[in-house]
Amino acid sequence: MDRRTLLQTLASTATGAFLGVEPGLLQTAPLLTRKIPSSGELLPLIGLGTWITFNVGSDPTAREQRTQVLRSFFAAGGRLIDSSPMYGSSQAVVGYGLARLGRPATLFAADKVWISSAERGVAQVEESRHAWGIPRFDLLQVHNLLAWEDHLPRLFAMKEAGRLRYVGVTTSHGRRHDELEKIMRSQRLDFIQVTYNVEDRTVEERILPLAAERGMAVIINRPFQEGALIERFRTARLPPWAGELGCTSWPQLLLQFIVSHPSVTCAIPATTSSAHAQENLGVARGRMPADAERRRLLDYIRTV
Amino acid sequence: MSDWGTYRLTDFLMFSRETYYRLFERFNQALWPWQLVLLVVGLGMVALARRRDPTSRLGTVAAVALCWALVAWLFHWERFREIHLAAGFFAAAFVLEAVLLLVWGVRRAHTPPGADRLDPVGVWIMLFGMMVQPLIGPLLGRPWSSLEWFGAAPDPTISVTLGLLLAARGRWPLWCIPVFYALVSGATLWTMKSPEAWLPPLVALICIGRSLTRHR
Repeated sequence: MDRRTLLQTLASTATGAFLGVEPGLLQTAPLLTRKIPSSGELLPLIGLGTWITFNVGSDPTAREQRTQVLRSFFAAGGRLIDSSPMYGSSQAVVGYGLARLGRPATLFAADKVWISSAERGVAQVEESRHAWGIPRFDLLQVHNLLAWEDHLPRLFAMKEAGRLRYVGVTTSHGRRHDELEKIMRSQRLDFIQVTYNVEDRTVEERILPLAAERGMAVIINRPFQEGALIERFRTARLPPWAGELGCTSWPQLLLQFIVSHPSVTCAIPATTSSAHAQENLGVARGRMPADAERRRLLDYIRTV
Repeated sequence: MSDWGTYRLTDFLMFSRETYYRLFERFNQALWPWQLVLLVVGLGMVALARRRDPTSRLGTVAAVALCWALVAWLFHWERFREIHLAAGFFAAAFVLEAVLLLVWGVRRAHTPPGADRLDPVGVWIMLFGMMVQPLIGPLLGRPWSSLEWFGAAPDPTISVTLGLLLAARGRWPLWCIPVFYALVSGATLWTMKSPEAWLPPLVALICIGRSLTRHR
């Protein structure tokens, strides 16, 4: 065990103890990570999305359930949580959970600015930060490229002033890739966020290679197409070689396909289940398939 | 923008079916037992609608308008806005409808009795919206605790209103918001794969169809 592995294992165990998770639930094998190219900081391959799943309003029962998801996520070594002011009460529910967990120090807080007025963007970021209950965001992204020309200079200024660590932009559903490409070529972004999964692979052509060329980290949203892919494969037989990759379920296999792309930094599946949060993170403990194995998965999926 | 063609209804759904139903469960807990009072008010309103004196005619419409204001405030503004970014707009639309109904009620109270005989289909739809529609979702598998009551929840209130507009021959501007919300609600439920999704649009369709085809 090298020094980094040892430290990760110790950090995971300590986080679990801090969060009050039973030792039996902890998977202490270190998570696979990728570097954020602009800083060299390591991020686990699997993060946590909050679209729909964390939008539960003030419902105390649902808030406690989501806190359990966060507890499992951190206990299993997860770091990056992504939200947006567009997600209803999700930010506040994340903030509630973080407060209940004593604001885990390993959190990598990723949020977005989503407003057409740049002036009001600053206030929106402050509202978001307040909802999360954190001193600053690690990453702020311009949501769906909305008014990016106005927002990016302000976000870069925040980064320069030390009030933010990374700046990015997002798209989803494969939309507006031409504009995204233009932004990636003209701006020094730390992150981009795009949709990528076994069914939607358009980013493989231009966006992912460009991100690698420009040294940008890549977050992947909609890894399961909001559950549609899980539903599609629910009754399908797992390929016989899934075990060789350390995968025991279709969600794991689908996630592994995504994060095994060398240009992908992190995928952010959303879930309402603690068990699924841990299962998702388990992907970052398996072996990453080689190119031939990724192609074999795609071939297999075509037969399902 | 060419991207708009790539959007689907599911892209606009920002909460799960479980969260939506829980919203009504918690709403019902907070409101109980006022739902029963609203039901009695609703039944009294149907009885009033059949009377011809100006006070009864105004009272019927004023009661419906009050329900729209209650739904706007208690449901859309206080509750639904927590999980739906458009709920504030829905609240405003419901207040506008309450005002339009009141204006109509005052004007209708001064029309000569006998000038507008009630359409019995509309009266039956009012009773359906109050007594039957709320039960259909739970009978199809939705939790009984999330039952939507007339006067507090939007869908049955809309059905009762459309029934009243049909029965008393309300002018078309009064129909716009209820029909629009019936479509929005149907689309929301359909996107969440709720089995009762067909109900609000079907009631609107029946009311519009009957209104357009009856002999005046």
